[in-house]
Amino acid sequence: MLKQSEKEMMVSHSIDSMGESVKLDSLSQQSSSLKMTIRNLNFYYGKNQVLFDISLDVKENKVTALIGPSGCGKSTFLRTLNRMNDTIPDTRMEGKIKLDGVDIYKKVKNASMLRTRVGMIFQKSNPFPKSIFDNVAYGLRVNGVNKKHIVAEAVEETLKRAYLWEEVKDKLNKSAYTLSGGQQQRLCIARALVVQPEVVLMDEPASALDPTSTIKIEDLIGELKKNYTIVIVTHNMQQAARISDTTAFFYEGKLIEVGKTKKIFTKPDKKKTEDYITGRFG
Amino acid sequence: MEKYHFKPKSKIKEFIGRKFIAINAYASLLAIILIFIFIFKESIPIFTDADVKEEASVGKMVLKQHYYPDRPAKWSWQPNSEVPKFSLLPLFIGSIKAAIIAMLFAVPLALGAAIYVSEFASQRMREIIKPIIEILSGIPSVVLGFFALIVLATILQKIFGFTSRLNAINAGIALGLAVIPIVFTIAEDAMRAVPRSLRDASLALGANPWQVSSTVVLPAAFPGIAAGIILGFGRAVGETMIVLMASGNAAIISASFTDSIRTFAATIAAEMGEVVFGSTHYNVLFFIGTLLFVLTFLINLGGDLVLVKLKEKLQGKLS
Amino acid sequence: MRDTIDKLTTPHSDIVNTVVNPKSTGKIPKGLTLLSVLIIAGMLALILSNVIYHGLGAISWDFLTLPPQNGMEGGGIFPAIFGTAALVILMTIAVVPIGVLTAIYLQEYTRPTSLVTRVIRMAINNLAGVPSIVFGLFGLGFFVGFIGHGIDKIFYSGTRPVWGQPAIIWAALTMALLTLPVVIVSTEEALKAIPREIKEASYALGATKLQTIMKIIVPQALPGILTGAILAVNRGAGEVAPIMFTGAAYYLPYLPTKLNDQFMEMGYHIYVMATQSPNIEATKPILYGTVLVLLTLTLLLNFVAIYIRSNIRRRRIHA
Repeated sequence: MLKQSEKEMMVSHSIDSMGESVKLDSLSQQSSSLKMTIRNLNFYYGKNQVLFDISLDVKENKVTALIGPSGCGKSTFLRTLNRMNDTIPDTRMEGKIKLDGVDIYKKVKNASMLRTRVGMIFQKSNPFPKSIFDNVAYGLRVNGVNKKHIVAEAVEETLKRAYLWEEVKDKLNKSAYTLSGGQQQRLCIARALVVQPEVVLMDEPASALDPTSTIKIEDLIGELKKNYTIVIVTHNMQQAARISDTTAFFYEGKLIEVGKTKKIFTKPDKKKTEDYITGRFG
Repeated sequence: MEKYHFKPKSKIKEFIGRKFIAINAYASLLAIILIFIFIFKESIPIFTDADVKEEASVGKMVLKQHYYPDRPAKWSWQPNSEVPKFSLLPLFIGSIKAAIIAMLFAVPLALGAAIYVSEFASQRMREIIKPIIEILSGIPSVVLGFFALIVLATILQKIFGFTSRLNAINAGIALGLAVIPIVFTIAEDAMRAVPRSLRDASLALGANPWQVSSTVVLPAAFPGIAAGIILGFGRAVGETMIVLMASGNAAIISASFTDSIRTFAATIAAEMGEVVFGSTHYNVLFFIGTLLFVLTFLINLGGDLVLVKLKEKLQGKLS
Repeated sequence: MRDTIDKLTTPHSDIVNTVVNPKSTGKIPKGLTLLSVLIIAGMLALILSNVIYHGLGAISWDFLTLPPQNGMEGGGIFPAIFGTAALVILMTIAVVPIGVLTAIYLQEYTRPTSLVTRVIRMAINNLAGVPSIVFGLFGLGFFVGFIGHGIDKIFYSGTRPVWGQPAIIWAALTMALLTLPVVIVSTEEALKAIPREIKEASYALGATKLQTIMKIIVPQALPGILTGAILAVNRGAGEVAPIMFTGAAYYLPYLPTKLNDQFMEMGYHIYVMATQSPNIEATKPILYGTVLVLLTLTLLLNFVAIYIRSNIRRRRIHA
């Protein structure tokens, strides 16, 4: 397990549990500052421990890929980053997870505000049983943004960012279920982007899609990382090699190795990593 | 794009929302507890009040009583006569008779239909038969009682010529019609839940559909079928309108099923309208209500326990 | 084909031929079970045809819009239809909110294994099995005798019964208790069917639990809630025992306009007419007509509920 030098930014404000979040002053940032830091994370489902002493850095505006065989805790780990595991009863976490230097478990009382800064795309696309427009608008409306023209602008903007606007602009009022699988997933991406998150977590976003849609999504990720920090779980190693800057290899709940993607896939330090990369198991 | 101004989430709203929803849930619970407490409360004088105990203590309700000095002791339900009589035995016998007839009529038919639907019927037939049972279950009990009173009794008279036109058999059959959908639905669900792999194994050995049913499906579905029968029995014991209209409402003790009967439930319905608040009769009726409540509670509990115990046993056998 | 297989001439053909017995093709059991189905269908057909045959002639515009005349020998049953509708509307207002919120609490706010959940669920299961007459008893003793009487004592110094007597509000509340389990169970079924991913998507966008419930969960559960409401209305229109002493009356010269009015009701009308009519032949047309109207109403409601339910299932498969 590698130890990264800590480049945590101390910020002079905290995420108010009741108030809005304030965007960091971009001038005070370093070029690849740490957006999120995870230190000594242990996670339990009931009495069962599933994550063991994970420490990891998530660099801003970069794509961090999490790879490893199924069931080794990647998705669970991803969900700790936006406190989605809070919605599952009987779970427990130990350790420190910080967003812009603020502990998101100890210093943030209301997880729902956190989730407007750290968004999530799920493995199987899950649009609401509403129209395309209402799906994207949902995130704004539940956070108090209701003005018609603002919402309409935002919906168009994010659908464009998700490379979906041209395909749906004439049928915004149709049900989201009339879209194909790949389109629905891009809709979910637009839906997540509309709340202007800083970090986007993706849990195997393309695993249920055909190759063409997958390529579209990968292109999208490449574009998105210019403005967002992305953490993506994937069991498709070629995909990880293609799109990520940093790769972390998980095995049986432990972080085996993490480093620059190029290095991980050509000259990994640990044997286990090499075995997995070369397909000896998993 | 500038960053949006997100409204802070109101913690108070969440708190109030959660509390309000919870209060409703607890209110449901409270209502149920209240029913039991209140029914029981109005029957307590039977155990505590001396005046009430004079006429209707538990002993007086259960054992033979000497009502008149020159006549033999007997069980009798005549709450409104000069010497009020509160024996529960005639009512108990009436309830049992009606329930027995109902189950004898309903269970074979319901099970037979369930077996047919689950083992023999084509998809088309299933789509016809299941709605038929649904329609039957949708008939209000007052209509079944009406049917028994006006039509069924006449038919039975023509065929059998009973002394009493309205009797246990008449009420029992109508009661059975109400029980059939309950037994059918639960039994059919249980049979359908038997895994395909078990049936396939039997078929692969050369068994015909009936053999598959009798040797594999029915034994495996037995807990469900038993539960269905028990729940149907609970319904038969508690049902009011059918018996009130079709049984003759005579609280007599006899071994014959062709005599009129009076059940617990029908007694409450028939006499509650004219009883004086707070009188002994009033307390006794509430006591009968408590009995019914406890009885149906035990029957339902029994049904659930049977389900659990038998499931365990069968799983032990299968695994 | 079976013959040639049976007549295998192997050294053990005698055993083979005994085991694979052509006689037990299972035709007899199939026939018997089919017979059960036919008997049930036959009885249902008998009931329906009898009611339609004798009742259809009585149905007319007058029948549905006029009050009874000549001591139930003429006129119509409009007050009973009105009273049934009024009862059911009041009952629905009382039972649906509390039932739905209880279901939401059980599904969204508590863990399935927690004590609270198990207790509330057990209470609901028991409530579902309680005989309807016991509800009537509770309604009379608690709503009329305790609450109603209590209101009279406080606000009217107990001089005359204003609320402490049978009234449509008490009957409606009694019915609401009776149908509470139906609404809770239907709503819970609907809530369970909502995929977890949809809820998670909502949370992931920063919505709170309350927001998710109001904007995503309840709208998606609406068909199931509607089904529950319809089933409750169905029972509300059909059950007679709970309203016999809590508000229903046989003949009233007025329509219920205040909450403490009594009311006429179709099921109760059928009961009294069938059992206490001095001239049964003369009132038969009205009686059969009322039965036909009630039956049509309940069957229609049943079908609507089934239709919505199957629609939900079909939609879920597509989505």
